[in-house]
Amino acid sequence: MIAEKKIIKQKVDEEREGKKKKREIAIPGEKIVSGKEYLPGDGTVREKDDIVARRFGLADISGRLVKVIPLSGIYMPRVGNIVIGRVEDVTFNGWILDLKSPYSSFLSVSECPRYIKGDLTEYYDIGDVLACKVVSVKHKSIDLTIKDRGLGKLDKGLIIHINSNKVPRVIGREGSMIKMIKDETGCEITVGQNGVVWISGSKVEDELKAKEAVLFVANKSYIEGLTDKVKKFFEGKRGGKK
Amino acid sequence: MAYTKRIDGRKFNETRKMEAKVNIIKNADGSALFRFGDTIAIAAVYGPKPLHPQHLRNPEKGLLRCNYDMISFSVSERKRPGPTRRSQEISKVSEWALTPIVELEKYPNTVIDVHIIVLQANASTRCAGINAAALALANAGIPMKQLVSSVSVGKIDKKVVVDLIKEEEDYREGEGSTDIPLAFLSKSGEISLLQLDGKIRPKELDEAIKIGREASKEVYEIQKRALKAVGEEK
Amino acid sequence: MKISDLMKKRIQEFLDEEKRFDNRKLLEFRKIEIETGVSKNAEGSARVKIGDTEVIAGVKIDVTEPYTDHEDEGTLMVVAELLPLSSPHFEPGPPRIEAIELARIVDRGLRESGFIDFKKLCVKKGEKVFGVCVDIYSINNDGNLIDASCLAAVSALKTARMPKYDTKLERIKYGELTSKGLPLTKNLPLTITFHKIGEKILIDPSSEEEETSEGRISFALSRNPGKKEDIVINAIQKGNPKTFEEKEIFEIAELAVEKFKELEKRIKTKEK
Repeated sequence: MIAEKKIIKQKVDEEREGKKKKREIAIPGEKIVSGKEYLPGDGTVREKDDIVARRFGLADISGRLVKVIPLSGIYMPRVGNIVIGRVEDVTFNGWILDLKSPYSSFLSVSECPRYIKGDLTEYYDIGDVLACKVVSVKHKSIDLTIKDRGLGKLDKGLIIHINSNKVPRVIGREGSMIKMIKDETGCEITVGQNGVVWISGSKVEDELKAKEAVLFVANKSYIEGLTDKVKKFFEGKRGGKK
Repeated sequence: MAYTKRIDGRKFNETRKMEAKVNIIKNADGSALFRFGDTIAIAAVYGPKPLHPQHLRNPEKGLLRCNYDMISFSVSERKRPGPTRRSQEISKVSEWALTPIVELEKYPNTVIDVHIIVLQANASTRCAGINAAALALANAGIPMKQLVSSVSVGKIDKKVVVDLIKEEEDYREGEGSTDIPLAFLSKSGEISLLQLDGKIRPKELDEAIKIGREASKEVYEIQKRALKAVGEEK
Repeated sequence: MKISDLMKKRIQEFLDEEKRFDNRKLLEFRKIEIETGVSKNAEGSARVKIGDTEVIAGVKIDVTEPYTDHEDEGTLMVVAELLPLSSPHFEPGPPRIEAIELARIVDRGLRESGFIDFKKLCVKKGEKVFGVCVDIYSINNDGNLIDASCLAAVSALKTARMPKYDTKLERIKYGELTSKGLPLTKNLPLTITFHKIGEKILIDPSSEEEETSEGRISFALSRNPGKKEDIVINAIQKGNPKTFEEKEIFEIAELAVEKFKELEKRIKTKEK
């Protein structure tokens, strides 16, 4: 996690410096770099002297660490992630949620902030959307909690989907990108690490503007100087309204 | 009469014009098109996703499931819709051709669905399908050891040729036509698809595989170029 | 992920304000693209994109026996397949009712409009006629497959060429086409599918809107053979359990005529 955060930070730093180095596309099975000094990170393995890609994406060499930044792919849950899921089924002691991940996840009644008894569907029913935190990923089964601030059922606003790999860019460095979108639109926004984004504003127009901005960032997340582009995006919107 | 000149004028070791494109179906987690001349296949990948029913789940690794089909107007005589014995067999050999490249042990209890559709057929449809599927898997961000590149080789009378067209498959003179679809893993060079229909001697088979391996390298270049184009879009 | 109740509610609230997520008006189509001649082995073919929805249709022509009650007429068959490749919600296996219904709506539109002059497809009365087969496949589903499919079917038929027919062997020479097109009339049919969400009526839904919609009604329309200015309804299909008021049906029928003209115009400009 910490390593990942560092890399995200670094990515943003590099962007600020403008064109630093062009990242090459990594092809599975192809060498990214050669040399004993390099360390294989996510999406890579060492084969003798070479660091070889094990997935498709952008090859990233940060100091000694080599990794592949994914351009696509299904969300893999990690402990501590804030995610947004849809209730798929209700069992006798909790709810099964769809997180758009390869594994279904479980929210137990014991992980709810209030005392729950009787018919569980009276609390959360199939089709409801919940913001949750991943508490454990064991044997590929995922446990969730809603015992934290800002978690629980989302009962207004709208949901959009982006690729989970684009989430760091939408959030931005220390949350700068998402803060700008929130400030510009006046919307509440929760970006689930699984690529499910919740947007809620007082007006339809505000939500649509926020949606457009999030998609703009998600779809253009590999261009340089993104922050400025988003600023221009909002300026353009304002200009258009006059 | 010996087969001294190919029907469409190609060199014996020359493939048809190839084309590959990634990201062609928005709904899919990964997708691609691959073309050998008039043969066009598209592939879409969905997953990894939870596998139902539960008894099919493997706690040690995920399942790669291939589903190959041809659309009814991909051939000149309308093919009736729905799976045939042929399409089911090709689905299975395609699955075997693709499984070795994917790190399925990273996704126990799940399934990755690979749907291959032949839009237009003029021989080598399974090869085009496998090439498209390999690209779609990469495009879906699935951890992979390498890619796989498939091409057909054949023996027309006594001559070994690469990437057969329908008319060559149907060649009847001399020793007739032998069709050998092959797939090579891009890094290890291992063979993950090998079928054969016709008549061939071990020595000729060896020659055919060698020629196929060379041609598969050209396929691989086209595949790599298609993946690199995705990065440039962004 | 399936659509959430939250989204359904929001879509409905937006529509109550006459607004859609993609900024379209309620009765506005998305961008339509038509490409013909997309398959070499079909007698005619087309790819149609409406927004992110994509379908392909192909025409194959065969020689077959006529129906006993129409001895001097060619035959028509429309088949649709909702490919699992085109949506995470489509499963492999035998065609489900959605695919069958879709093909039936297109079939009825083609048949009842008289778009194909079946009498001209007779080879030998009572014995041999041309059989026209239209196959439709979904490539990417983002809603409104019915209208996209009908448009693709019609576009494929318009560009179809008759195959060569061996009169001695009394069979088709596959792979050889003549320069002659299918005998078609001016009564080109198109479908317009309406959806009811809350109290609002809209056309050309996205997947999200389609999943939210409770009521669906499709109209196949064409121009009357005699009088060109006269637009007639050739087929109607009310789908889903949701009921409609009589007044609503009447309003939709009038709208359908309007939208038919608009769609017809859009296709014509595409052809130029």
